[in-house]
Amino acid sequence: MARKSEVKNGKKMSGRRTKSVLSRGWQIVLLPFWSTSALWAVGPEGAPGNGTNIFSPASTPAKSIADLSLFVIVITGIIFVVVFALLFYSVVKFRGRAIDAGREPAQVYGSTQIEVAWTIIPTLIVVVLFLATARVIHAVQDAPEPPDAVEVTVIGHQYWWEFRYPKLGIVTANELHIPVSNPSHPTPTFVQLLSADTDHSFWVPELAGKTDLIPNHPNKMWMDPQRTGVFLGQCAQYCGTQHAKMLLRISVDGPEDFASWVRAQQKPAVEDAGAIAGRRVFERNACMNCHAVGGTPADGRFGPDLTHLMSRTTLAAGAAENTYDNLRLWIQNPSVIKPSSLMPSMKLSDADLDAVVSYMETLH
Amino acid sequence: MSSNVITVSVGQTDAKPWVDELHQWLTTVDHKRLGILYILSALLFLVIGGVEALVIRVQLMHSHNNFVSPEVFNRMFTMHGTTMIFFVAMPVLFGFANYLIPLMIGARDMAFPRLNAFSFWLSFLGALLLYFSFLGGSGLYGAGNAPDVGWWSYAPLGARAFSPGHSSDYWTLSLLVSGFGSIGTAINIISTILCLRCPGMKLDRMPLFAWLNLVMAGMVLIAITPLSAAQIMLLIDRYLGGHFFDTQAGGSAVLWMHFFWIFGHPEVYVLIIPCFAFMSEIIPVFSRKPIFGYPVMVAATVCIGFVSMSVWAHHMFTIGMNSYANSFFTLTTMVVGVPTGIKLFNWIGTMWGGRIQFKTPMLFSIGFLFQFLIAGLTGIMMAASPFDWQLSLSYFVVAHFHYVIVGGILFAVFAAFYYWYPKMTGRMLSERLGKWHFWLFLIGFHLTFDVMHVPGILGMPRRIYTYEPGRGWDTLNFIISIGAFIQALAILVFVANLIISYFKGAEAGNDPWDAWTLEWSTSSPPAAYNFATVPRVASRRPLWDLKHPENPDSRYE
Repeated sequence: MARKSEVKNGKKMSGRRTKSVLSRGWQIVLLPFWSTSALWAVGPEGAPGNGTNIFSPASTPAKSIADLSLFVIVITGIIFVVVFALLFYSVVKFRGRAIDAGREPAQVYGSTQIEVAWTIIPTLIVVVLFLATARVIHAVQDAPEPPDAVEVTVIGHQYWWEFRYPKLGIVTANELHIPVSNPSHPTPTFVQLLSADTDHSFWVPELAGKTDLIPNHPNKMWMDPQRTGVFLGQCAQYCGTQHAKMLLRISVDGPEDFASWVRAQQKPAVEDAGAIAGRRVFERNACMNCHAVGGTPADGRFGPDLTHLMSRTTLAAGAAENTYDNLRLWIQNPSVIKPSSLMPSMKLSDADLDAVVSYMETLH
Repeated sequence: MSSNVITVSVGQTDAKPWVDELHQWLTTVDHKRLGILYILSALLFLVIGGVEALVIRVQLMHSHNNFVSPEVFNRMFTMHGTTMIFFVAMPVLFGFANYLIPLMIGARDMAFPRLNAFSFWLSFLGALLLYFSFLGGSGLYGAGNAPDVGWWSYAPLGARAFSPGHSSDYWTLSLLVSGFGSIGTAINIISTILCLRCPGMKLDRMPLFAWLNLVMAGMVLIAITPLSAAQIMLLIDRYLGGHFFDTQAGGSAVLWMHFFWIFGHPEVYVLIIPCFAFMSEIIPVFSRKPIFGYPVMVAATVCIGFVSMSVWAHHMFTIGMNSYANSFFTLTTMVVGVPTGIKLFNWIGTMWGGRIQFKTPMLFSIGFLFQFLIAGLTGIMMAASPFDWQLSLSYFVVAHFHYVIVGGILFAVFAAFYYWYPKMTGRMLSERLGKWHFWLFLIGFHLTFDVMHVPGILGMPRRIYTYEPGRGWDTLNFIISIGAFIQALAILVFVANLIISYFKGAEAGNDPWDAWTLEWSTSSPPAAYNFATVPRVASRRPLWDLKHPENPDSRYE
């Protein structure tokens, strides 16, 4: 019975239930073998609200997974308690005592009945676990795409994310914007995952499980966030030297916010006469070989699209905040912020550097 | 006793005795000496791989740490993984198998002594090739030394475009060469067990140690060959213009994953089954009872051997297989838990009603049972593929497999050291240092690897050289690193115990544990020919029969 209700919970989804599942989750996480560590996890550092807790799901796939996970943890927890009790009992009860010295205990060679019992019971548990799991696999993987879903193509690069919205004509990087999905009128986001070089993995724990980005092997995943806010994630599949600083932010916007973000992103780059000197530096150097700025001759695709750079909160795939000083440092000497990133230092003069940074600052 | 042997040889030879001794060790084809060579080389690389782990742990102690550069960090985890699997775990287990199988089945050597020596030296050469990459890896390219592509070297990261220089070549050649060594050893173990058993030792009278190693050797034959094939294909890609895994030219990255894990998962069982073998010898002796359910133990092992060949893609749940494939590999992975559980129950059944003696080998064995239980249960969690979509590639999975490899395999290996060291050297390991070793290592292990599950749940991916502050990971990582240093301290106690006891340990005698298998019937250490006369057995516990003529096992078989 327990299994049925768990799976049903996994299929339905409401924001209110998330809270209760969470507290139950943390009780169950207090299993003996990690009890000490769980205390640390809920300590002053902010967990479970650290933004990447797999037991704070905010989207149907993540919620289905969290519910199944708790079910599996309960079953394995019961197995742990029973077997540990047997082990502990036999170690304590049957410890050798001084008075037994030199005497051997009764020599028992086995028991067919007991062997049959401890073969059949685990087999039944496996059947239950498998059926519960298979339902969630099917529910998450084979979910049909509704016609008004938002489509995004994510392309993994060494060490940043390219986001393309084919229906909306938007190209951006590292910070994905998607609409919140209202359960009565769902607007999920369906994502196609590609790679430009090595393997990567797209992982935003509170929205969905991870799916790899593999060259020549297109993948897909989906999410339907139930609340607005910024969700964190990062590349989970080792992709090269700077795998650690391939961070990922997903901004889940309300319908109006998302619509106005889309309108802003669809515009070409702002043309600011005051920044013409910086634009010349940008186009004269190799910058434009790798970077695109919409509406100008710069159309490189090797690095992130800069058309609306100032609409993003971070630089270098989350390695630094998007401030004037960081931007200047990043252009002057990328390896200070992100050693071994593929962005080269162009060895610009101070004047050129200031000019190009001023130009970037106009790209709202 | 061995020191007596050395003294004698010093007395007899006047010119360069140590050179003679060294020469004898380098050219030996004696299974016992080769076993010890395997074990010593594994200990050497255990220390090296351990230092690499410590570098990793210092770097991750707190967020934004700059102890090492990202390049060095990536080399460290690649070398740590490769070293520990291929040049610590496999050699130490092959070493014990080599040393003990002929003694346990009443044979005078392995079936092919020269192949045995050849296999050991291939394996050792493989290790040297891997570490030579620190010197030769950068080649003429000025590329980094030592491989930094992870111990899976997933395509296309291992291709020349992303791994220039020679570091990946040394990694490939190293695994290729040592893989041939492993295949040779597997052939040798199978032949020895099938052909060289002493009179009376029918297959169903073999010690479980021999049975389990027979299954392990069969799995090595099946599992190592695809790895070797993949390494050859990678070499063809890198030097002969092949495109097997070259995604830029239409090759398949997923193909490499399948090749690697169709080796990689059976490999886990190749490592754990010999540890089951240790448990199946040690637990009965210290419980003073025969193994519970011998035929079921054999059947469960053979069952694990077969089923574990069909679970490899559970390492690939995140790569976008379809829902049927994910369901299939979920099922097979859960099914392999059943025979594994049966083994655990049978060890508890062996202790049940016994008179357990808490000598150091038994302490490590009980630690093994406890930790292997937890490792198995976290394994079940990740077998549920949706749960794995969250846990895979995170620190949870790192904690899980270290629970298997350290909490399971290494604890079992330590138990084996304390149990068979007296047979190999003639001297007992110190019980006092042994208990220090056990408790320090147990505390360090749990501090590190219990806590390590949590950052995974909180979204920390593996193989990152640094992380942002404020993610809730700092304190956890600090505790994990402290635990690593406690484990390192315990290893120092262990090595000190090995050295001190070699010179000052108590004399062991033939049979210090009052045990029942044939190796305890001969001298410690055994003579080159093992047995003065080939033994003849009538039951699974020949020494029990000898010690209890009034109530021998042979009466019940």
